Amino acid sequence: MYEGPVQDLIDELGRLPGVGPKSAQRIAFFLLAADPVDVRRLIDALTEVKDKVKFCSICGNVAEDDQCRICRDERRDLTVICVVEEPKDVVAIERTREFRGRYHVLGGAISPIEGVGPDDLRIRELMMRLADGTVTELILATDPNLEGEATATYLARMVKEMGITVTRLASGLPVGGDLEYADEVTLGRAFEGRRAYSS
Amino acid sequence: MPLYRDEAVVLRTQKLGEADRIVTLLTRRHGRVRAVAKGVRRTGSKFGSRVEPFMHVDLQLHSANNENGSGLDIVTQAETLGPYGEAIAADYSRYTAGTAVLETAERLTAEEREPSLRLYLLVVGALRSLADGEHTPSLILDAFILRALAISGYEPVLSGCAVCGEPGPHRAFAVGSGGLVCRDHRPPGAAAATPDGIELMLALMSGDWANADGVEPKVQREASGLVATYLQWHLERGLRSLRFVERSLVERP
Repeated sequence: MYEGPVQDLIDELGRLPGVGPKSAQRIAFFLLAADPVDVRRLIDALTEVKDKVKFCSICGNVAEDDQCRICRDERRDLTVICVVEEPKDVVAIERTREFRGRYHVLGGAISPIEGVGPDDLRIRELMMRLADGTVTELILATDPNLEGEATATYLARMVKEMGITVTRLASGLPVGGDLEYADEVTLGRAFEGRRAYSS
Repeated sequence: MPLYRDEAVVLRTQKLGEADRIVTLLTRRHGRVRAVAKGVRRTGSKFGSRVEPFMHVDLQLHSANNENGSGLDIVTQAETLGPYGEAIAADYSRYTAGTAVLETAERLTAEEREPSLRLYLLVVGALRSLADGEHTPSLILDAFILRALAISGYEPVLSGCAVCGEPGPHRAFAVGSGGLVCRDHRPPGAAAATPDGIELMLALMSGDWANADGVEPKVQREASGLVATYLQWHLERGLRSLRFVERSLVERP
C-alpha cells in the first residue's frame, strides 16, 4: 500500500482491461518518473477523447463531428452498406481497401443470454437508412461466431421483403494456414463457398 | 488427474483477455465445468468454432488442480460430436429458444463439478431436436423446461391436486403449491388453466409429440406462460433469455 495519490493512481489503472495489480504499479511508477510534458500530453489525450469523440448520427461509428469521416465522404458508394458489430470492425475492413461503400455499426450482437436483444442494437436506425430505396446491397459483416451468425440471420429476415441484395462475408480457410488443421465447420464453409477458378 | 477427457455441451462463452474465452460446459461425467479456451478468438484458431455455444464436443481438459477444486480448467483439445450451432443460428426462433435451453441448464446446475447425467442427455436431445427442426422451437423449449425441472425435483403436479391429492381435472395452477390445485386449496392469485393447456403440458412431459405438435397457438401460449412462471418461481430469479424467445408459429417446418 502506498500513500494517497500514488495508490489512487494504481487503483484507477488497475481497472483498465488487461491491467493487473503488478502492471498497474509498474505504469504508475513509470508515470511518476516521466517527463511532466509527456504526462500532460497523456492527460490531454484522455480528456479530449471523452469531450470530443461522439458517435456518428448516421452509422454509429466513432466520430469527431456529428457525422464520421466516412459518412461525410461523398466519393463513397451510397448504394452499399456494410453492417458491423463494433467501430473496431470498421477499421479492420478499411485496412483492406477493398470496400468503397458505407458502414452501419450495430454496437454489438444479439445475445439473449447476456440480455441483449434486437432492440438494444442500432437495428431500427439501419431500417430507417434502408427505407428510402437508395441502398441496393447490404453486406452482413458481423463476427463469424454464434452471436454474429444469429444477428445476421435476424437482419436477413428483416430486410427480406425490401428487395435489397443481402450478402454475408465468406468464411473459410485463413491465408497462410495448413488445411489439415482447419476445423470441420470452417472447412465445411470453405467448401460451400468455393468458387470457379479463373486463370 | 491433471488431464481428463469428457463429452460436453458448451453452455456459454465469455471473452477473456486478448484472444481467449472462458467456456461454461455441461459435461457428461463432471457436471458443470468452467474452462479457459486459449486463443480461440484468433481467426487461425484450431478449435475456435468447436467451443461455441450449442456445440456438442469431445474435449480434453487440463485440470486446475488446486485444493478447493475451484479455478478454471484449460481446454487442450476439442473434437466435434454434434455441430448444432450452425443449424440453430441459421433460424432466429431456434436461436432464441436454444439460448433459453442453455441458460436453464446452467441455472439448474447450481454446483460446479456435480455430475448430472440426465440433465446433460436432456440438453443434448433438445439441441439435436432444435437443429433438426423436428418441432416448433418454443414447444421444444417448454418440453425441455418441464423435464429439466422434473429431473431437478420440481416436477409440477398435473393430475391431482398438489396439496390434497384429490383427483382432477382442476382448473387452477398455483406455482407456489407445485402445480394444479382443487377449489378448496386454491390460493388467491392462482392462474387459470384450461383442460387443453394442461393436456399440452402432459404431452410435453411425456414426449407425446403427435398430440403436442398440432396444438393451437392460443393453447401453446397458455402452456408456455405457465411453464415460464413455474420455472422462474423455482429459479428465484428471472431467466434473461426467456423474454427474447419467439413464440410465433409461422416458421414451423
